[in-house]
Amino acid sequence: MSYLEFLGQYGDRILSGTLVTVLLTVLSSVLAIAIALVTGLMRLSPNAVLRGIATVYIEIFRGTSLLVQLYWIFYVLPLFGVTLEKFTAGFVAVGMNLGAYGAELVRGAILSVPRGQWEAALALNMTPARRMIRVILPQAVLIMLPGWGNLLIELLKGTALVALIAVADLMFQVKQINGTTFLSAETFGTALIIYYVIARFMITPFMRWLERAMQRKLGRA
Amino acid sequence: MDAQDLSGFPLRLEGDAVPMVSFRKVTKSYGSLVVLDSLDLDVAEGEMVSVIGPSGSGKTTVLRMLMTLETINGGVIYVDGEPLTHMPRGDRLVPADSRHLRRIRAKIGMCFQQFNLFPHMTALENCMEGPVHVLGLSKKEARERSEELLAMVGMTEKRDQHPSRLSGGQQQRVAIARAMAMRPKVMLFDEVTSALDPEVIGEVTNVIRKLVAEHNLTMLMVTHQMGFAKDISDRVCFFYGGRIEEQGTPDALFGHPKRERTQQFLSAVREAI
Ligand SMILES: Nc1ncnc2c1ncn2[C@@H]1O[C@H](COP(=O)(O)OP(=O)(O)OP(=O)(O)O)[C@@H](O)[C@H]1O
Ligand SMILES: [Mg+2]
Repeated sequence: MSYLEFLGQYGDRILSGTLVTVLLTVLSSVLAIAIALVTGLMRLSPNAVLRGIATVYIEIFRGTSLLVQLYWIFYVLPLFGVTLEKFTAGFVAVGMNLGAYGAELVRGAILSVPRGQWEAALALNMTPARRMIRVILPQAVLIMLPGWGNLLIELLKGTALVALIAVADLMFQVKQINGTTFLSAETFGTALIIYYVIARFMITPFMRWLERAMQRKLGRA
Repeated sequence: MDAQDLSGFPLRLEGDAVPMVSFRKVTKSYGSLVVLDSLDLDVAEGEMVSVIGPSGSGKTTVLRMLMTLETINGGVIYVDGEPLTHMPRGDRLVPADSRHLRRIRAKIGMCFQQFNLFPHMTALENCMEGPVHVLGLSKKEARERSEELLAMVGMTEKRDQHPSRLSGGQQQRVAIARAMAMRPKVMLFDEVTSALDPEVIGEVTNVIRKLVAEHNLTMLMVTHQMGFAKDISDRVCFFYGGRIEEQGTPDALFGHPKRERTQQFLSAVREAI
């Protein structure tokens, strides 16, 4: 079978797997960003309890394997009465894991906004919440964007693990195709290229574009 | 803040001539390093006081304590008759909570050596930020107020530029307009010309001259420009080692310094010029 014939026969399954992977990536990213923001801010809170919760969260999710976390969420949580559909379990696991990494990115970026900015905001008598929202975060976002570019590519790669709980993503589809055709080079080669194309020609340019847009807002472009 | 006996300090200052700012036995230390030692300093309403002195003598610290950027270790600071660092509870003074600090802090504005404009906002937006989001003014009112102040500092044409497109002198003038937009009673200037190229220092000092002439502001200004301090101050304080070594009218302090350390400092400064 030529590669074109291979694509003709299995193209639609590969395409549907790709769409699932993209959807998983988008949903996990949104979740990861939300978690990172909340946890990163909690890490900086004057309240020791909030700080403690955030630290424990980050330690657990960064210190253990994503695959084990995925299995926990899919197989163990039901024992405690929380049952998630496999697609949901998949993107929640990936989002929660990468969110823990993102939290440190958020925290670091906030701390690297120059001291003078905090002080100027205080001199204008802003409340801590206003200061964060109006002055610090907008500047922190620009600082953390390059880090997020890398993290979202990690996240995309991480989504391949959800094939192991039978979510029909790209990895799952090519494994199935390989199982019946044994065309390993074609199947996994195609997957390799698709993951690379999503990372290199979708995520990276999007992050670059965001960065430029933010820089324009700062009058720097 | 260390526990201390505050019974000697009044709950508020009353009488005919209540100073706008009053430091009473204020002490500040970092660990074992005592930066300010039982400082007493009153600034009358509308008075312009310049603070000079060698590096590390505690000049910046005085302003930062007043702006509540630093806590104090002893004594009480009063603003407009009310305690700033403390608040009355019953017949005693207790350390101020954040609400009290916010209420009194509203009377104070500050300009920094490094300008500290918000880089993601234009000059106009920088000025409108406080009035809209802290004072709760409408956008229209805040814009009018800000445009007026930007005109006063000569920045009308650049009002839609971000700070990165402005020179140091221009940024500092916007920073002054931003602080003034909050209508403070007390303005603090910490070496606002030290980061500027010599040729643009004048544009900033001229704005400060204008403030002195046209507003009934109380001002505390740390500066290394002796000529400027001499020109516009009502009083000059010479700081040395965390204490006021000598203070007086500009003519007295610059013309006939009494203390040896003042004389040494002034002659060293003159030699440097
Ligand atoms: N956060 C800090 N931690 C420890 N020491 C500090 C801190 N801030 C200031 N100091 C010390 O306090 C002393 C007074 O500092 P301050 O900044 O008030 O001096 P200054 O008179 O403004 O000097 P300069 O003319 O150099 O600006 C210095 O010895 C300084 O090292
Ligand atoms: Mg200083």
